[in-house]
Amino acid sequence: SSTLAFIEATRDGKVSIPSMSAIHAAQKLKNPITAIIIGSHAPGIAKQLQSSSTDLGLQEILVAEDATLNTYLPEVVTPLLQNVLGTVDKYTHFVMANSSIGKNIIPRLAAVLNYQAICDVTEILDATTFKRPIYAGNAIATIGSQQKLNMITVRPSSFSITKQVQKNMISPNIPIKQVQTSEVNDDIKWESDALLDNDKRPDLTSAKTVITGGVSLKDKEHFESLLDPLANTLNAAVGATRAAVDGGFCDNSLQIGQTGKIVAPDLYVAIGVSGAIQHLAGMKGSKVVVAINKDADAPIFKVADYGLQGDLFDIVPELTEKLQEMQS
Amino acid sequence: MSKQTLRILTPIKRVLDPQLKPRINEVTKSLDLKNLKFSINPFDDIAIEESLTIRKNLSKAIPVSTHAVTIGSPKSESILRTCLAKGVEKATLIKHDAKDDEASSSFEPLIIAKILKEMVKKEDIGLVIMGKQAIDDDFNNTGQMLAGLLNWPQITNVTKLEFLDATGDQLKVRAVREIDGGNETLVMKLPGLITVDLGLNTPRYVKLQNMMKAKKKPIEILDLKETFPQVDLTSKLELKAVEEPAVKKQGIILNSVDELITKLKEEKVI
Repeated sequence: SSTLAFIEATRDGKVSIPSMSAIHAAQKLKNPITAIIIGSHAPGIAKQLQSSSTDLGLQEILVAEDATLNTYLPEVVTPLLQNVLGTVDKYTHFVMANSSIGKNIIPRLAAVLNYQAICDVTEILDATTFKRPIYAGNAIATIGSQQKLNMITVRPSSFSITKQVQKNMISPNIPIKQVQTSEVNDDIKWESDALLDNDKRPDLTSAKTVITGGVSLKDKEHFESLLDPLANTLNAAVGATRAAVDGGFCDNSLQIGQTGKIVAPDLYVAIGVSGAIQHLAGMKGSKVVVAINKDADAPIFKVADYGLQGDLFDIVPELTEKLQEMQS
Repeated sequence: MSKQTLRILTPIKRVLDPQLKPRINEVTKSLDLKNLKFSINPFDDIAIEESLTIRKNLSKAIPVSTHAVTIGSPKSESILRTCLAKGVEKATLIKHDAKDDEASSSFEPLIIAKILKEMVKKEDIGLVIMGKQAIDDDFNNTGQMLAGLLNWPQITNVTKLEFLDATGDQLKVRAVREIDGGNETLVMKLPGLITVDLGLNTPRYVKLQNMMKAKKKPIEILDLKETFPQVDLTSKLELKAVEEPAVKKQGIILNSVDELITKLKEEKVI
């Protein structure tokens, strides 16, 4: 038994935080772990992993240094991984984060190799038994798999760093091996990307704190002027309800809910959010939920650990100010 | 692909109505979906709308045909009817003898993708456009799997789609897709596969008179095992249990921001 864990690179050549969940999940599988990194930053990231101050449990690192892999096109990455996984009998598990990259690649790769992927895993019970949410988190399924190769994506917030084991200083360097890159694919061309201007803010699906605004914020101006300072203070990501998105308060990609993003942060602050089933489905995995709402009967209070009933236009600035005072 | 007719296939799925919560039988640890309302998977509805938009926009340059397909029991005919009422030209039910009425959701994405691959070949399809995921099993697999099996390019989670120069030799699309923290733009040659996300369009409502007319339109019925005997229908995964998510303890209503800050400190989340 052996696990291959896929590590994603950020644009500036660092290990992407969500993709570390692939290594943490691999540790739970209790098999020897090989990491694979692709793209032009791969050798640099391999060195970062080698010199990690904590013991990641890696036995080997595979590197495919090739700039054409930087955009993680599934048409190009699939044949490469097919080669790595399909030609040796070594691996029993292949793990990726359930990121937009993992979701795009794993099912395609699994189908080509004739496996059923197991996606958005939130708990690993043992090497063949997994839990994953269905019906937008309204139910949890336990899945058994007797496949020769289990290809799984893991929900990053469920596999964040828990315990860090100090590395044994005398352990030898983890060997780095080159793997063959893929040929080009003419059928698809990556043109450009537009990342939201949130360099200082964590990504919504992996943030430890999420501040969500609902339709009671009235408009885009109030949404931004009230939520941004609070989010900056707490180093939080900003989310929104479907009603707020429909009202044009913010970008579509910030929508949390059954048809939007699913989040499970340590702290979830719902501001002016009524708590429709559709929305609750996207955040019910959150550890501590705070609700701030005028309406005492709002369903959000039923799922909140702490509720503040009152005018958000008074409460939110007060909260932001007091948190800032605390930090300074 | 050459520009004779662009045949668009939209696979759709009948799922528990998105407004409803599934019931879970805590004794048998399984879902109880009897007598609940079912409807078309909301993402598939967006895909259907997009296929109609493409036909409208491209039809001056090249002929376009639209085709909805679903795999399941005869109960799935109702969602196909809705597609016909919306203007989709052809509807196919790939029927299989389900032990229970809701077994249509019991096929794994890989099996569905294998059936759809046969359908794509049979119908000479040039573009598959489908929902990014079904809101019941939330796998988000079938589109990518189908693209892989066909060795076609794929663009998933699409929120913007345009055809490039439909008068040229080869059809190409440019699409914007949602990614973590933003979006990216890709160009794909057809044949290809698109999965759609929210925001691409707003699906139309069906007028009652169109619904009445659609009742008379034919639905092609193919028996799954007779039509596609080559497809292996054995599951690779075993669904061992379905349970309610962990229930949270009753929350507390606080009186001031200061109390809230104290609690958040106790919880060690700030």
